[in-house]
Amino acid sequence: MMNVLKTDNITMQFGGLTAVKEFNLELNKGEIVALIGPNGAGKTTAFNMITGVYTPTKGKVLLNKKVTVEEKETYEQKDITGLRPDQITGLGIARTFQNIRLFKDLSVLDNVLIANHLRIKSNVFEAIFKLPRYKREEKQIVEKSMSLLENVGLAEHKDEKSSSLPYGQQRRLEIARALATDPQILLLDEPAAGMNPKESDDLTVFIKKIRDEFDLTVFLIEHHMQVVMGISDRIYVLDYGVTIAKGNPYEIQNNQRVIEAYLGVDEDA
Amino acid sequence: MKKNTIYTIAAIFILFILVFIANNTLDSYILRILNLCAIYTVLGLSMNLINGFTGLFSLGHAGFMAVGAYVTALLTMPVAVKQMNFFLKPIIPFLENIVWPFLPSLIFAGIISAIIAFLVGAPVLRLKGDYLAIATLGFGEIIRVVFTNTQSITNGALGLKSIPTTTNLWWSFGTAVFTIFIMVSLINSSYGRAFKSIREDEVAAESMGISLFKHKVLSFAIGAFFAGIGGGLLGNLIGAIDPLMFRFTMTYNILLIIVLGGMGSVTGTVISAFIVTISQEVLRFLDEAMIPGVPALPGLRMVVFSILLMAVVLFFRHGLMGTREFSWDKLRIFLKKPLAKGGNK
Repeated sequence: MMNVLKTDNITMQFGGLTAVKEFNLELNKGEIVALIGPNGAGKTTAFNMITGVYTPTKGKVLLNKKVTVEEKETYEQKDITGLRPDQITGLGIARTFQNIRLFKDLSVLDNVLIANHLRIKSNVFEAIFKLPRYKREEKQIVEKSMSLLENVGLAEHKDEKSSSLPYGQQRRLEIARALATDPQILLLDEPAAGMNPKESDDLTVFIKKIRDEFDLTVFLIEHHMQVVMGISDRIYVLDYGVTIAKGNPYEIQNNQRVIEAYLGVDEDA
Repeated sequence: MKKNTIYTIAAIFILFILVFIANNTLDSYILRILNLCAIYTVLGLSMNLINGFTGLFSLGHAGFMAVGAYVTALLTMPVAVKQMNFFLKPIIPFLENIVWPFLPSLIFAGIISAIIAFLVGAPVLRLKGDYLAIATLGFGEIIRVVFTNTQSITNGALGLKSIPTTTNLWWSFGTAVFTIFIMVSLINSSYGRAFKSIREDEVAAESMGISLFKHKVLSFAIGAFFAGIGGGLLGNLIGAIDPLMFRFTMTYNILLIIVLGGMGSVTGTVISAFIVTISQEVLRFLDEAMIPGVPALPGLRMVVFSILLMAVVLFFRHGLMGTREFSWDKLRIFLKKPLAKGGNK
């Protein structure tokens, strides 16, 4: 199987604190991989290193980018360590946030349209004077955004303020917005946070659906074990920044160190 | 053509008929105020693009206006007038012999302003919030001090006098309409949406692939372009400029307009540019001695605006319009059912 993203011993130190130590991740094409661990284990830090919010103190992030050469799809390895978040998004890694970060005062449609901006080729003059190339692009991105909104079931709310949507729909909108950047890898930071069991079941189905439909590889942080076990092909477990286990859901459920990390060590044992 | 486009063209046509009538009937005092209204509209819109739409708290507007005013003035002044102005130290010969028509001078002033905005913005726009405000405020002051000391280019503290007073209602309202057109078109385009996303949430905007640096500098430069043009119009309206004109109070006046009108609303800026400019004249009686025996309190007029600004910030955070805009559709709904929707959705 083909890996699309690999991290090579990435380490993040904040002063004397090592938030993540020598994290080795490998995402294969089409997989859904989860990253779990107790609070403060360094999961979001790992995310932030991949998406460019932080530059790893040590190590490399390597992306296998899909490129089309002479009408054939091939992969080209690229070192994306230390690039800016917007450059990394441009290379096909999109993300959502742990605490929803929508553009609150803008409409639902605008939220998705903004995520298309990075693919716009027209310059600002073409945009101001509505020249043909810009008009064509604008029409395309509106159509694309509307079909994304239909896909996540928000089409009829397109003109509402995004902050007026209920929580579950805001999560979906954030995913739709991430999808609008044409990613090949989607990073979800606690997508099921604050959801009731019914909503998280829907989310599981939804993530699998978009994975198939948009040909994605999904990497997610999640606390809901029900979601994690139901959705993941593979799981990485972090504790105090150290990878203590990796494997399929069955292996993780029966791993002694994982149980200890979550429940504490039994002193009588 | 769409119905609304026809309405807009008709409205502009009516506006220009009114300008024609005003030009021929009103006295020069009222004409001056109307000119200032239109110029402040241009200035307000340019500042609103930076502060209201992109969310960059910039206070360097007077600096850009100074650049625009000086460039326009130096380009449009006839050679004889220049020689008369620069009696302390002669103007550098290169500038002495350039005399351009008004329109290219204005555009060139805007471009120079935008270039300076780019040079200043590239380092300064890495700052956020209050820090950006202080840095840009400093820039505005630096421009003023530089202009005071470049005797052979700007005539220093003496300023420039007898600038051709080319600005009339056609120029000022023409520029205002053009600026409104550009601003509306820009903020509703993909670039405008990118600006607004930076205002809403920088971290999320960057994660959506929007280059913060590129778009902040772009917004800053476009804003400065129109600030330069506004400054040029102002200089050639009044006929005399000097560095003291472009103190912080100038920025403050424009800030007052956009805060009052609503940060992030073109409509609000236009309305409040007129309100503020006209009331600055109407309230002039406050500066005079009103009660016999009590001496006049010059500057009382400005106290009114300070109180107004405080009241707006404390109680009406969104100003007149918030981020809402005028549109023909809303007007139609309003005219049909004045109370149902209130014309704002």
